[in-house]
Amino acid sequence: MNLWASVQVALIALRVNAMRSALAMLGVIIGVASVIVLVSISEGTKAAVEAQISRFGTNLLIVRPGSSIFGGRRGGAGSATPMNDSDALAIRDEISGVSGVSGEVSTGASVIAGNVNWPTRIQGVNAEFFDVRDWILDEGRLFDEDEDSASRRLAVVGQTIVAEVFDGASPVGQTLRVGGVPFEVIGTVEGKGQTSFGSDQDDIVFAPLSTVRSRLGASRTPTVRGAVSTIYVDVGPGERIDNVILDIQDLLRLRRGIEPGADDDFSVASLAEFIRARNETESQLGLLLAVGAAIVLLVGGIGIMNIMLVSVTERTREIGLRLAIGARPGDIRNQFLIESVILCLIGGVIGLGVGISGTLIYAEVGQLEIAVNPLIILLAIGASVLVGIFFGLYPAHRASKLNPIEALRFE
Amino acid sequence: MAAIPLISARNLTKIYAMGGEEVRALDGVSLTINSGDYVAVTGASGSGKSTFMNLLGALDRPTSGHLSVGGEDLSEIEPGNLAGFRNQMVGFVFQQFNLLARTTAVDNVALPLLYAGIDSAERREKAIACLKLLGLGDRLGHHPSQLSGGQQQRVAIARALVNDPSILLADEPTGALDTQTSTEIMAVFDKLNADGITIILVTHEQEVADHARRQLVFRDGRVLEDRS
Ligand SMILES: Nc1ncnc2c1ncn2[C@@H]1O[C@H](COP(=O)(O)OP(=O)(O)OP(=O)(O)O)[C@@H](O)[C@H]1O
Ligand SMILES: [Mg+2]
Repeated sequence: MNLWASVQVALIALRVNAMRSALAMLGVIIGVASVIVLVSISEGTKAAVEAQISRFGTNLLIVRPGSSIFGGRRGGAGSATPMNDSDALAIRDEISGVSGVSGEVSTGASVIAGNVNWPTRIQGVNAEFFDVRDWILDEGRLFDEDEDSASRRLAVVGQTIVAEVFDGASPVGQTLRVGGVPFEVIGTVEGKGQTSFGSDQDDIVFAPLSTVRSRLGASRTPTVRGAVSTIYVDVGPGERIDNVILDIQDLLRLRRGIEPGADDDFSVASLAEFIRARNETESQLGLLLAVGAAIVLLVGGIGIMNIMLVSVTERTREIGLRLAIGARPGDIRNQFLIESVILCLIGGVIGLGVGISGTLIYAEVGQLEIAVNPLIILLAIGASVLVGIFFGLYPAHRASKLNPIEALRFE
Repeated sequence: MAAIPLISARNLTKIYAMGGEEVRALDGVSLTINSGDYVAVTGASGSGKSTFMNLLGALDRPTSGHLSVGGEDLSEIEPGNLAGFRNQMVGFVFQQFNLLARTTAVDNVALPLLYAGIDSAERREKAIACLKLLGLGDRLGHHPSQLSGGQQQRVAIARALVNDPSILLADEPTGALDTQTSTEIMAVFDKLNADGITIILVTHEQEVADHARRQLVFRDGRVLEDRS
């Protein structure tokens, strides 16, 4: 008996018991749907993280005093000696593979233009900062190294400042009073949107580092000349980031006079690593849930097995008759196996539909970009077929082992 | 027509073990049945008639003894190849019809052809031809529940005949039918036998047995009488 004939026989049998077939599929439907939703969301989150990383720049290193920037214990961040301008210069001049360096100091302040008063952050940065952190000039111009050294009162503002303080009009050439000090706005930078923490990156005013330090008193430390809170380092394309990190660590240990064997009192970290680490728990949770969903699928398989066993018992006389008129045991086994696979396959396809819709709804509601991986479709279909075979095998085997006489006499 | 032995049983024995107790359902039956014969098997309830028929149809295997049908020694056929024998050599008709519910007459009749590996167009064609032969040309798409007992049994006979078997085995084919319908069914058997098919049928009713040319009377697993 050929496969197509077996499929027809199976389809007829399933249609005859449509309601029961539908209920039997339910477990598989739920299992497949939840696997798809969870895997897609987990993948979507991961993709979002990678997108965020590339937005920040994968080649960015952050150098700060204190033993650890991002770990739970930021031990002695306050107490450790700050970085300073000459550390930044040394990194730029002595480490190979570095394409840009900028110190940063920052302070919160109210800015005033006309009669608008707006609380925001002022960041004092070096001229290379905009390249290092990928801020793109929108209008006007950026300040250069000489203007930084000369402590010129120049400001480059973010899009939120343009919108909130200047009412959307071009601020270039306008005066912005920061903590009572007038700054000339020379440019604006393109918007970056919110961070994953939800803070607005565009609510910012950039000014030359030396100006912010001297005029606004940011990071003014009695013990260290030219202190900066953070040094950003841009690693050139194609350079080994880990090597650059090691070189910077060696250089800073030397400059800060750390004894061999003693711990660093500063940290050099890549932002990409930090973001990945922060999201690892999240995607692990997603994966754990996907495993749970796979278990649901297995339980669905047990449901299928149960229904198939009931079906075999109920149709014992039919099996006896088929054997009596010339069905081989293998034909009977195939019939029930195919029935089970079709049951799971239909369940899998419905589950696929439900799962994809669920994912799309989730993406729509959560405003996330989640694409359903075509591989997952194959996986879902493959998994349902496997479940069908695995849980159908025993009932099918039982059916094929029936004795025709006993089966025909079965009431 | 010269009588060729189609079935030959030698010392055919079937013993059922029932919790330590032995039931000799067949107790050393030896006989031959010729091609074209029309045999009625009668006897008291429990005398072994169905057991004998089941052995002839290869639905069951003897405990001892030999049985050859159509030149094949059934005890020598591999269990896996019995399906072919059941499919091609014999057609079985049951008291309870055993039609598949919610399946049309045509599909019921075509079932043995499915297992013979015949394609669907030919299956349908042959099944329809068989149903027409049995006067059911106007009931092709009916389900068993939409047919009378006599019509259902005729569908079952059509199913038994569709693969052109040499032997038609019928275990109380009229047992579930009224007298009028029994007569109709027996007329069908008479015609089939006249066309050359060997028929062996089990019955409790003498009028039915009288249609056959040879009568075997069973008692306690043995052939008590063999009348021609
Ligand atoms: N599967 C079985 N297990 C045990 N004993 C059985 C089995 N099948 C039949 N028997 C016994 O074998 C004997 C013959 O049974 P069989 O069914 O052949 O009788 P029968 O002549 O067909 O009777 P009836 O006219 O009632 O159909 C009976 O005593 C029955 O109880
Ligand atoms: Mg009987």
